[in-house]
Amino acid sequence: MAVLNEEQTMLKDQAEAWVKEVAPVRAFRTLRDSGSDKGWDPAVWSAMVEMGWTGIVVPEAQGGSDLGYLTFGVLLEQTGRELTASPLLASALIGASALRLGGSDAQQRDWLPGVVDGSTVLTLAVDESNRHAPTRTAMKAEKAGDGFKLTGTKTLVPEGGEATAFVVPARTSGKPGDEDGITLFLVRGDSAGIERQRLATFDARGYANVSFDGVEVGKDAVLGEVDGGFGLLDAVLDRARAGLAAEMLGTASAAFDMTLDYLQTRKQFGAVIGSFQALGHRAAALYSQKELTRSCVEAALEALDKDADDAAQLCSLAKGKAGDFLFNMSNELIQIHGGIGMTDEFDAGFYLKRARAVESLYGNRAFHRDRYATLLGF
Amino acid sequence: MSTANQDLEAFRAEARAWLEENFPKSLAGRASEYMAMEGGKELTGEARTWVERLAERGWGTPTWPSEYGGGGLSASQAAVLQEEMRSAGAFNPIPLRAGMGVTMVGPTILEYGTEEQKQKHLPPIARGEVRWCLGYSEPNAGSDLASLSTRAEDAGDHWVINGQKVWTSGADISDWCGALVRTDPKAGKRDGISFLMFTMHQEGVETRPIRLISGASPFCETFFNNARADKTDLLGPLNDGWTVGKRLLQHERASQTGAMDTGGRPAPLQELAKRYVGTDESGQLADSDLRSRLATHLMESKAHSLTLSRVAAEARGNPNVSAAASILKNTATNVAQTRAELTLEVMGHQGLAWEGDGFTEEEVNAVQSWLFGKAMSIYGGSFEIQYNIIAKNILGLPETTQKG
Ligand SMILES: Cc1cc2nc3c(=O)[nH]c(=O)nc-3n(C[C@H](O)[C@H](O)[C@H](O)COP(=O)(O)OP(=O)(O)OC[C@H]3O[C@@H](n4cnc5c(N)ncnc54)[C@H](O)[C@@H]3O)c2cc1C
Repeated sequence: MAVLNEEQTMLKDQAEAWVKEVAPVRAFRTLRDSGSDKGWDPAVWSAMVEMGWTGIVVPEAQGGSDLGYLTFGVLLEQTGRELTASPLLASALIGASALRLGGSDAQQRDWLPGVVDGSTVLTLAVDESNRHAPTRTAMKAEKAGDGFKLTGTKTLVPEGGEATAFVVPARTSGKPGDEDGITLFLVRGDSAGIERQRLATFDARGYANVSFDGVEVGKDAVLGEVDGGFGLLDAVLDRARAGLAAEMLGTASAAFDMTLDYLQTRKQFGAVIGSFQALGHRAAALYSQKELTRSCVEAALEALDKDADDAAQLCSLAKGKAGDFLFNMSNELIQIHGGIGMTDEFDAGFYLKRARAVESLYGNRAFHRDRYATLLGF
Repeated sequence: MSTANQDLEAFRAEARAWLEENFPKSLAGRASEYMAMEGGKELTGEARTWVERLAERGWGTPTWPSEYGGGGLSASQAAVLQEEMRSAGAFNPIPLRAGMGVTMVGPTILEYGTEEQKQKHLPPIARGEVRWCLGYSEPNAGSDLASLSTRAEDAGDHWVINGQKVWTSGADISDWCGALVRTDPKAGKRDGISFLMFTMHQEGVETRPIRLISGASPFCETFFNNARADKTDLLGPLNDGWTVGKRLLQHERASQTGAMDTGGRPAPLQELAKRYVGTDESGQLADSDLRSRLATHLMESKAHSLTLSRVAAEARGNPNVSAAASILKNTATNVAQTRAELTLEVMGHQGLAWEGDGFTEEEVNAVQSWLFGKAMSIYGGSFEIQYNIIAKNILGLPETTQKG
């Protein structure tokens, strides 16, 4: 654990207790079994708003607390532990970051108070194929009068089913593969021409494919610069990656704790299974991964708070390392629990499914390995 | 700025000025010549002057108390000193010249030694004048160290030692030895062991260097045939050498986690790779499989160094060592061994270098570190023993086969 300040420690304790009581895995199970396609429980979302979680990276002038990314990470780690479903990451971290980094004063004034009070649910709709490849953005944004007309489809948009507005990178010039020519738009979810296809994924949350068929937006919908939006997009994505990595650290750490508990209690051959060295060493290796991952996640969040030069590198490192740990941990969680691990009644399956879902969001491990190499100049 | 920070910055200025005045510019950046594992070149001329000045100031052992020849610095001041030395191209050869003296024996004497022992042993270590070796392992006592059988008998005013040690690093060039010996053969395995210190310059001690796969002979078989140790050179309580010896190994681990700086940073591996393997038109390494594995390694390496900093930050003002510290020896080992393997792979045919004109010095050195680096997962508690320790002490899993 990084050396947290008093406020962060308080928030962590508050979040830990609240998540366990109000939004534990059990609640996520109920949500899944209810067949609701909303993706989260409105009562849980209101409570988060109430506790001020939606304003952590919002400037004070817009009703936020501006406490920063490390503080946000502290909360996400706790929601990650219990797989709590909510638009916290998509809207209050990623959506708010897009406005904070790219929004004009007027845009911030128009949008951020709604993000803070939870009435607006923002999400970044970035991918267009079965892979995360932001430079390959092909969605068309043609000049239309004073504004633009958007045409194309975004895939696996988190909270895409319920979001009230989308942050959408689209191409105003150039061709897929170019960094130049990408522009970010803020698009209201009820705009004519938007169609949402809700996806029944094994992660049972509010994912959707969202298609834009000649959706008209005014020029006040442009976030940042026309044609020069890639830098902004990349910066927003880095915040998404670091935030998600914090959540993943929590998810994997909870899986680690469940596994360790089982190693200490399950008996076979007259001994607890944790006394078998083959398992003890695997636990030690996973513990090492856990500690390495925490260092990376915290360093990335701190780098964002300080606007450090190596922030991009550290965000790829954090998402990549959290991906490694969660991948291994979710597999070991099942394996070390034996038959019980395979039952739906036990929670392990939720962790395994969540692990693979978050792996493919905002760049998988291969994406971040490649990006890390590129950032280091090879 | 807080007062603590102001004080640190004042110390930085002091260190910088002192280095400016005392570090001979002709030695700048020449750490490797004087920092080899065996202690490097015999000191003459300016190098000798430099070590004398460093010792005079106590900055060869910056955090040791000044009454025993140390610098009396806080850990943060020592870190500042290290930064300033690095930017001046300076280096501290004293730890290597003292063998195991600075990193292991000294800190243990500071903790367990009598006042007389501290006065006698610490200042010569701090000056880099006396080299120490460590007699722990025996042919039949490796990971299971407590089964050691070298014995010491009370002969009134001194101890008489008989038996054999093995893998004793630097034994043939050391002046003193700290050894674990059995002083009560009837007691339980761990209960009859004591920690004795004695000079290597005596008739009853014989050393035979062992040649390693790297070609070097950094360690020996060491034989004791009625060797002597003074009565006053028993470190810690009689028959409780196991506790003392374990504590010393913790210092050893701390010195092997990458926290120690032996001066000079190797060129980034990706630059070496670009030089040997070449790049494609987009500037990417020409071998995409290697590029991916290199990135994986560099990420692991960064994760390790971030963990080192985190553990250090968490340790400040906190008496309990962070549990994360337990992983560092193995992660450091992983990183170093993978780096060495990748370096050889990058060099390709040139990575078969042993000696001679067909190879550059850089290539020969890479091969040497690759071979010698295999030892990292064996000494100081092997890779498997480290995992046993994590499983047992950190994760609380029961000890059956998880010994160590
Ligand atoms: C370069 C180098 C320098 C050294 N310097 C010194 C020195 O200065 N002084 C000194 O006293 N010693 C020194 N050593 C010795 C070192 O401490 C021992 O090699 C080490 O303790 C391992 O003992 P061993 O070689 O007998 O291997 P063994 O203990 O026989 O181990 C063989 C294999 O079995 C594994 N193993 C053993 N027990 C277990 C277990 N319980 N669970 C799982 N796996 C296990 C080990 O991990 C290893 O892979 C040095 C060694 C090297 C390589």
